Amino acid sequence: MNRSLVLKLLSAIIVFGAWEIAGRVPVSYAFPTFIESMQALTAMTLNGSIFVAYAETLKPLMLGVAISATAGIGLGLWIGLSSRFEWLFSPIFVVAQAAPLAALIPILVMAYGIGLTSKVFVVCIMAMPVIVLNTASAVRNTPASLKEMGRSFLATDRDILLKIIIPAASPVIFAGLRLGISAGFIGAILSELKITPTGVGDIITFSRSIADYPSMYAAIFSIIVLAVLFLNGLERVEAYLFEGNNRGYVSD
Amino acid sequence: MDMSQIKDTLGDAQAVDIDSAVSVRNVSKNYGEVEALRDLSLEFPRGQLTSLLGPSGCGKTTLLKIIAGLLDATSGEIEIDGKKITGPGDDRAFVFQDFALLPWANVMRNVSFGLELRGVAKSEREDIAQKYISNVGLTGFEKAFPHELSGGMRQRVGLARALSVDAQVLLLDEPFSAVDEQNRRKFQEDLLELVRNENKTFIFVTHSIEEAVYVSDQIAILLPRPSRVSEVIRPKEFRSTGVENIRRSKEYLDIVDQIWSSLRNYVE
Repeated sequence: MNRSLVLKLLSAIIVFGAWEIAGRVPVSYAFPTFIESMQALTAMTLNGSIFVAYAETLKPLMLGVAISATAGIGLGLWIGLSSRFEWLFSPIFVVAQAAPLAALIPILVMAYGIGLTSKVFVVCIMAMPVIVLNTASAVRNTPASLKEMGRSFLATDRDILLKIIIPAASPVIFAGLRLGISAGFIGAILSELKITPTGVGDIITFSRSIADYPSMYAAIFSIIVLAVLFLNGLERVEAYLFEGNNRGYVSD
Repeated sequence: MDMSQIKDTLGDAQAVDIDSAVSVRNVSKNYGEVEALRDLSLEFPRGQLTSLLGPSGCGKTTLLKIIAGLLDATSGEIEIDGKKITGPGDDRAFVFQDFALLPWANVMRNVSFGLELRGVAKSEREDIAQKYISNVGLTGFEKAFPHELSGGMRQRVGLARALSVDAQVLLLDEPFSAVDEQNRRKFQEDLLELVRNENKTFIFVTHSIEEAVYVSDQIAILLPRPSRVSEVIRPKEFRSTGVENIRRSKEYLDIVDQIWSSLRNYVE
């Protein structure tokens, strides 16, 4: 535990150190040092502007992530359990996953305007496909002998779904959630840069236009920190719900 | 092969068959064009262990899964205590070749899982599970997860799970094939004791001739493509001797030889 903490700190020091050096060289006049960026972040925290920005950004982000997680896992289960739905839905998500989203945004804006709906859509398009596809393939790959075991001990279909298929699929479902949610964070910022500048996207756009690069990087840094914290929280939830998951698997 | 000897053993089997717990009547199983079992009939005497032995691909696991109700027979029927089965039931419990343990659940939850599915209250099922965990010698490992156990211990969990639902018929699908040799021998001795002490009917699938002869009251030899029972052998003398003398008994060695000579033509 302590060892892993030390390694994590070491890795952070290496990355931030490299950032600081690159800023001091400087690599580009538009690339601030780590310390300058942190000073800008402190200033934004103290004057409260970062909180106002997040109040705006978190709306489409949380809404989109919540929709993607629930609808994504639900659809994934459905697709995984029925081959008919696999043929019906799976291509849609494969296409959505591969589509160049930035190019599609103008269409979304024409259809749904420049408000919250479009932004939620962007988050969902980014986050949902990987959640759906991971869930579906995890469900399909439930070990047959576990399902057979359930049936031989008189499990109902519901028992098999809740007590065998979902727990067995949970590591891959959670892997999909992690990937999907990080993509959702990217989608939220992308929507604020491409649709209307609000929240954190506004800080990024505005500081770039007035050449306040430390503030711009501070905003980008803060969203990465938030994503990392969120994913760590998700890992905690997984460890709490499925204790056996992080302890390896029966291999033979 | 001495034909009169086969007739002898068959005759014996019929004669002793007074009370059968499980009857397989004219069961056939086709997978599309492939005939796995053809018109197979077999009686399983109550309170005894019957082995299904044969070369790989002879359909012994298929037959066991049909008895378990996990597979449907194409034709024919299975009766348990005179009642025709239509699917899995609480009169049968299954021990799996690959253990089929829930990797996310500890030993206690795995052992009590069968009872959990039957809706037994938590405290009650854990009491029952505790008893069988200690019966199979896993006391102290209740909180351990399957990946923390050795192969032999994992199968003990599988065995405890099957025992804890107190089914009268125990179906074992090559239960010791993924277990190392020394553990396997210990398991075989424990199994003999189990057959003696628990008043249950055991159906045991194995590909090991020695194992089948060592543990069985009755050995059904299955021959492949399509599968049918070619002979039924009932060891007589060494069953009453102690476990340490079985492998030295002349009858044991004779039966092992006899089975090998009838199976050797079917081994590729």
